Amino acid sequence: MKKIYFNKFYKLFNIISLFLVIVSISLLLFKGLNYGVDFKGGTLIELRTNNDQISISKLRKSFMNMKLGDVSVKQFGNKNDYLIKFEKKNNNDDMILSIKKDLTKSIGSDFNFRRVESVGPKISSELLKSGILAIFLSLTAMLFYIWIRFEWQFSLGAIIALFHDVIITLGFFSLFNLEINLSIVAAVLTIVGYSMNDTVVIYDRVRENLIKFSDIKIYDLSNTSINETLSRTIITSITTLLALVSIYIFGGEILKGFSLAMILGVIFGTYSSIFIANPVLVSLRVSQKSILKEDKD
Amino acid sequence: MLYFSRIRIYLISLFSLVFIYLAVSNFISSDDNFLNKKINLGLDLQGGSYLLLEIDNSPVITQKLQNTVSILRKFFKDKDIDVNNLRLENTDTVFFNFLPKDLKKINVLLDGDDSEINPYYPQYKSHQFEINILENQIRLKFSKYGIIEIKNSSLDQALEIVRRRVDEAGTNEPNILKRGNDRILVELPGLDDPLRIKKLLGKTANLTFRFIIQNVEETFGSEKISFEDGSEEVIVSKRIILSGDNLLDAQPQMDNQTNETVVTFTLDRVGAKRFGKATTSGVGKRLAIVLDGKIVSAPVIRSAIVGGNGQISGNFTFQSATDFALLLRSGALPAPLNIIEERTVGPDLGQDSINAGIIALLIGFLLVILFMFYKYKIFGLIANVTLIINLFILIGILTLFEATLTLPGIAGIILTVGMAVDANVLIFERIKEESLNEKNHIIAFDSGYQRSKTAVLDANITTLIAAVILFFMGSGPIKGFSVTLGVGIFTTLFSVYFISRLLTSLYVINNKHKVKLI
Repeated sequence: MKKIYFNKFYKLFNIISLFLVIVSISLLLFKGLNYGVDFKGGTLIELRTNNDQISISKLRKSFMNMKLGDVSVKQFGNKNDYLIKFEKKNNNDDMILSIKKDLTKSIGSDFNFRRVESVGPKISSELLKSGILAIFLSLTAMLFYIWIRFEWQFSLGAIIALFHDVIITLGFFSLFNLEINLSIVAAVLTIVGYSMNDTVVIYDRVRENLIKFSDIKIYDLSNTSINETLSRTIITSITTLLALVSIYIFGGEILKGFSLAMILGVIFGTYSSIFIANPVLVSLRVSQKSILKEDKD
Repeated sequence: MLYFSRIRIYLISLFSLVFIYLAVSNFISSDDNFLNKKINLGLDLQGGSYLLLEIDNSPVITQKLQNTVSILRKFFKDKDIDVNNLRLENTDTVFFNFLPKDLKKINVLLDGDDSEINPYYPQYKSHQFEINILENQIRLKFSKYGIIEIKNSSLDQALEIVRRRVDEAGTNEPNILKRGNDRILVELPGLDDPLRIKKLLGKTANLTFRFIIQNVEETFGSEKISFEDGSEEVIVSKRIILSGDNLLDAQPQMDNQTNETVVTFTLDRVGAKRFGKATTSGVGKRLAIVLDGKIVSAPVIRSAIVGGNGQISGNFTFQSATDFALLLRSGALPAPLNIIEERTVGPDLGQDSINAGIIALLIGFLLVILFMFYKYKIFGLIANVTLIINLFILIGILTLFEATLTLPGIAGIILTVGMAVDANVLIFERIKEESLNEKNHIIAFDSGYQRSKTAVLDANITTLIAAVILFFMGSGPIKGFSVTLGVGIFTTLFSVYFISRLLTSLYVINNKHKVKLI
């Protein structure tokens, strides 16, 4: 296979990545994330109707009149499926029953609630906390794992690449106002695992080559290692993406956000293993000494 | 080593076959399934309701402190200790003034290891109360462990009552579990509208029988209570004639004379005696039947009721009478329960999710298989056979442990399909590299397997770390995802290092003279 000079593009892509990360962080800071009921609290109803007379505006009007706080109504996949979200949470009282009664009055009885989720404020803040904790825990675990398996320089490179992937994926969700719920947290954690997996395979080769060749500089050596593992990197990304695209298209509305986050994460994860994780090694001037020193200890 | 001993081949085949059998047994109706194990479908797939209840312990704590105040009053009187202003302060503190000469005595009584008032918990190395002495004032507050004890015991009681109510409501295989020390998780499979259960669980079911009086009564005190239907507000004495504790049984019934649905009840001996006495002296008065601070009905007593049986009529439908009787039978909750999280999925959505999940799995699987065959031809075929067996073993293990499969869990299986081939790809690519310098296929393949090992292990362990963290931090459906993802890593490693390697070695050994193998 023809050798590609990835190292010539390190600088360019680092600048692009830096730009994307800054944009993502500003989006997260100033625009914020669109939290779903899992993290914000409130109630979600998935409603299906067979009555074509029922329109989204009609539904919105009916729900607005019920004093449920901030209401959002949108189509959900199928044209007769709707997703309704509002601030009020379901208490011991008969909120759902009275909503059903009110709806029957305003739009008739041809509807059913396929899904109801109601999360109180205490639970939503607990879920948010444990979600954030889980992401940081997994990043820390990766940091230490790579530190143990490789050297600190590799560990740093891998973590920078991970932050890059997670932040840009979340930035994308913020930009397009996509909902963040529990399954997105699961996706982010899986991205962390996947991106790491990709980085580790290249690093493994870098280490092997460092031992083999003492006279090649890390700048060229990283490029050789990327090239040697390139077909694996591409094939694995393709098979994983095939599986994910299949979930995205056929797996139903509920898994859409999850699979989209994963697709983005796999793309950025593959990119960052090449263009972020390796330049870090270059700028830290990793050499044969960096890994042999460890063996003497 | 490419060589596999015969016994190893048999073991690998046996292991695979057992799990393939287990996996397949999920799909055939199972009279002949000797293990009788099946994957459980999560609530998001079979439909059902998930309720998380939290106990509001503050009334329990106040009640306990009130009791402590009366116990202390009696206790000090018995021991001839003079205290002043003994009372409850801010609903969470017992307060009193004492004379300096009694300090030592009080201290021994309250702070000793065998204190009756303030028991010592050796397992926590802590008393029930924290004692705060300031000049001549003493304040008692529950200690951290005192609170924990209260929470634990009220959780145990509440769990029992919740279980009785849910069971009696005739729910199908409910799952009722403690969560922490003040929460109860209730899972109700197959229930698409949990309204009735929520109503039953939302009631504390604190039942009292008390007389309605005309004027404010002095000895026991009185309070204004309204009827359940909001029709009337009356003054009710605080003197409790009977409480729910005195009930032995309660049943809904049709009253033949009025053609009304009523709830009949049977009292225990103590209750029957007290009820008899009160109704004898109270003929002509109205007796209020109060449930959770609302009057259900308030009949006029026409004659003394001495048998220990009675009936309550209160505009019941048959359903509401059934539920009312159920609440009375199951007893009162120690404290109110609040539903703090609810997730309900209708069975049709569950079925849609299963269908969508299976279609996505089949298509994802097909795409990966076609791609691998296109890319590696005969070795792609080996990877694909391995992948299929891998999938069966994965489902087989989930079956063996009767794991709960959720929609994200199905996503985890599909993702495993995409990522499982990675190990084979890593190995095949390494073999290709090794073949460039090594013309002996057997040696090239062998070193290909050896040299790719660290990369394969590292790559899988990173994903495993993510799955483990998700397992411990995630809840409900997400946990299902971490299970399939995590188990998938082990089955992948097994299938790659045993099955795929076995097939590869058989092929290579039989074709070692071909010029180009991979």
